[in-house]
Amino acid sequence: MKMRGKALMSNSLRIAWKDLVELFRNRLGLVMLVLMPIFMMGMVGFIFPSNNSLNHVSVGLANQDAGFGGSTVGSQVFLAILNRINDQTGMLEISNATNLDALKESVQKGEIQGGIVIPSNFTQCILSGQQGTLIIVTDNSNPQMSAAMQGALTAVFQQMSTMLAQQNVIAFNPAINATSALAIVQPYNVKVEGVVTGHSSYFDFIAPGIMAMTVMMSVMTGLPAAISQEKEVGTLDGMMVAPINRLSIIVGKTLAQTARGLLQGVLILILASVLFGVSIQGSILLVFGLLLLGVFSFVGLGVVLTSFAKDQETAMMIMMTLMFPMMFLSGVFFPVQQMPWYMQDISKILPLTYAADALRKVMVLGAGIPQITTELTVLIVFGVVMTGIAVPVFKRAMTR
Amino acid sequence: MDNESIIVVRNLTKAFGDFVAVDNIAFDMKKGEIFGLLGPNGAGKSTVIRMLSTLTRPTKGTATIGGFDIVKQDNEVRKLIGIVSEKMIMYNRLTARENLWFFGSLFGMQKEELNGRIDELLELVQLAKWEKAQVGTFSTGMKQKMNIIRALLNMPQVLFLDEPTLGLDPQSTVEIREFIRKLNREHDTTILITTHMMGEADLLCDRIGIIDHGKIVALDTSANLKNAIAGANTTILTLEIANLTPDLLTTVRALKCVETVSQENSSHMKIHAHGDGAFDSIIDAIRAKKANVVSIQNIQPTLEDVFLHITGREVRDTADQKIPLAEHRRFGGGFGGASRGRGQ
Repeated sequence: MKMRGKALMSNSLRIAWKDLVELFRNRLGLVMLVLMPIFMMGMVGFIFPSNNSLNHVSVGLANQDAGFGGSTVGSQVFLAILNRINDQTGMLEISNATNLDALKESVQKGEIQGGIVIPSNFTQCILSGQQGTLIIVTDNSNPQMSAAMQGALTAVFQQMSTMLAQQNVIAFNPAINATSALAIVQPYNVKVEGVVTGHSSYFDFIAPGIMAMTVMMSVMTGLPAAISQEKEVGTLDGMMVAPINRLSIIVGKTLAQTARGLLQGVLILILASVLFGVSIQGSILLVFGLLLLGVFSFVGLGVVLTSFAKDQETAMMIMMTLMFPMMFLSGVFFPVQQMPWYMQDISKILPLTYAADALRKVMVLGAGIPQITTELTVLIVFGVVMTGIAVPVFKRAMTR
Repeated sequence: MDNESIIVVRNLTKAFGDFVAVDNIAFDMKKGEIFGLLGPNGAGKSTVIRMLSTLTRPTKGTATIGGFDIVKQDNEVRKLIGIVSEKMIMYNRLTARENLWFFGSLFGMQKEELNGRIDELLELVQLAKWEKAQVGTFSTGMKQKMNIIRALLNMPQVLFLDEPTLGLDPQSTVEIREFIRKLNREHDTTILITTHMMGEADLLCDRIGIIDHGKIVALDTSANLKNAIAGANTTILTLEIANLTPDLLTTVRALKCVETVSQENSSHMKIHAHGDGAFDSIIDAIRAKKANVVSIQNIQPTLEDVFLHITGREVRDTADQKIPLAEHRRFGGGFGGASRGRGQ
């Protein structure tokens, strides 16, 4: 028994070595292996919006303030504060426009992405004890941008209103100090406290998921592809006529694919921390442990697919069909909580969901093993069950 | 009898769904024998080899190699055999030595033993100086040599060769043939070979089995097979006719005693006929058509004639090109007579 185990392992290692030598001699394949994570990270990291993504947004400003009694103090104060905030954040690039229609035309032409209009009665309203209304012009064809700009400008205006109100309170009653004045204007102050210190971006959310996905997918797709390719070329027969345990073919190939996947995973990790400032809060060993566990939970599925796919083409097609729903339903790109309930239910049966979740907890929240026992249990159980199904199925398929 | 047979095949059957690829075959092979399996495409040759080399499980029946059952003691069988299939079992991105090392190590050979064996084999086929080159850069002939020495790593007592010279140039073909014979002579290796080249089978094989529709339809030495059809009152003629017309071919073909007529070139035709007086009736028919006979040759039957006589088909028509396995499977059954299942 012990002897057989040893032979199984050494034969598996030989097969893994052979696969890796082939991989590293395939120049183009190797380039793709490195480029894939780079593209993936670059795409997700730069394209998806993050909190501070509003940078140098070109905005038109139409100041139509007619003044009140010869004074335009309302719009002057507003502009002064706006400019001061903008100098600090560099959020907007303001150009002047004549009126609302001119702004709308510029948006249609694509010259500016939105606009601010100060109506003619702005100072009049403020000085006569009414609210001054500001108009934000948005580009409806770009809802994402429009919402982001609307949100940001509203926040800025809100902040300006508060400052103005604070000053007004002091003006009414000079005995009140600035802090108390602020408390009168805005009694509630909201403070956001993350589980770990420092701000986190969308990227912190997505990086662990992408790592889990890349490693697990590369094993799940790599395994059937590699075996069905050898079946087609005929080299699989060379291994099949050797007096070795059939399992060593699967184990060896899995080892090689895992090494390939981990290589990509590490690349993603390096890119994420160098380019996007993602840091690992928890233990790095636990991160790799989780990746390996994720691989284990996926191997069975890969082996079952290998046994069913007659040729490489079929294998790839089955893979693609399975991969896409998994990518989007596992909460790698979008939080599972955003999905409708039935989608959430599907997401709960996908192992990738748990791997990505656990990895996120460890990497972003600095969780240890006690905090991720549920995920660990699910992954282990899934892996054991799938492997239990896969081994007899594979053995049967190989001697058809 | 059985105690000196290294391969014993009994009632071996393989079915893929409804299609019976190998139908209840039985034969024995003696140690040191070269046995040729001939048959048209799809006859079941490759399936026989795949079953005997433990790559495919038989549906029914048994076979033993060196006394070991091919199903129950498959790993024992694997230690005794080597297989050269029509596909190259070789990784293009590995060097010659790495390839041999990989496959050899799977047989559990020790480092020194394996290294020595690899040196010896590379030397044997004059590839030693290419040992560090990737196999992908090799010519087809070189690859096939590699393919064969790969099968010899474990010093097999039984070697299965599935179309070992398919697609090779004449020089490589001769080299490979010589090598096979040498192997048999010097190491007493038992060899089961499938080929569509009748000349090759005639030259190499001690005995020949003709397989058609999954059944062995004839099994004997080459000489006996030829004598059998000569004794069956068969006449084989080659006629050279100055004014050979399609009309003449049709006339001859219509004769009762004539089995097949084939036009060899613009002036030659070959006729297979049987029965007493066949010769006379053919000549009479040709004379009646006022054909101008230049020469007549009454030829000795070749293995090809035997094949034609037994299967009613020319081996060349069917076996020059193999239809890839995957294609067979995909259209399995739907092709009617054109493609009769998969493999050979």
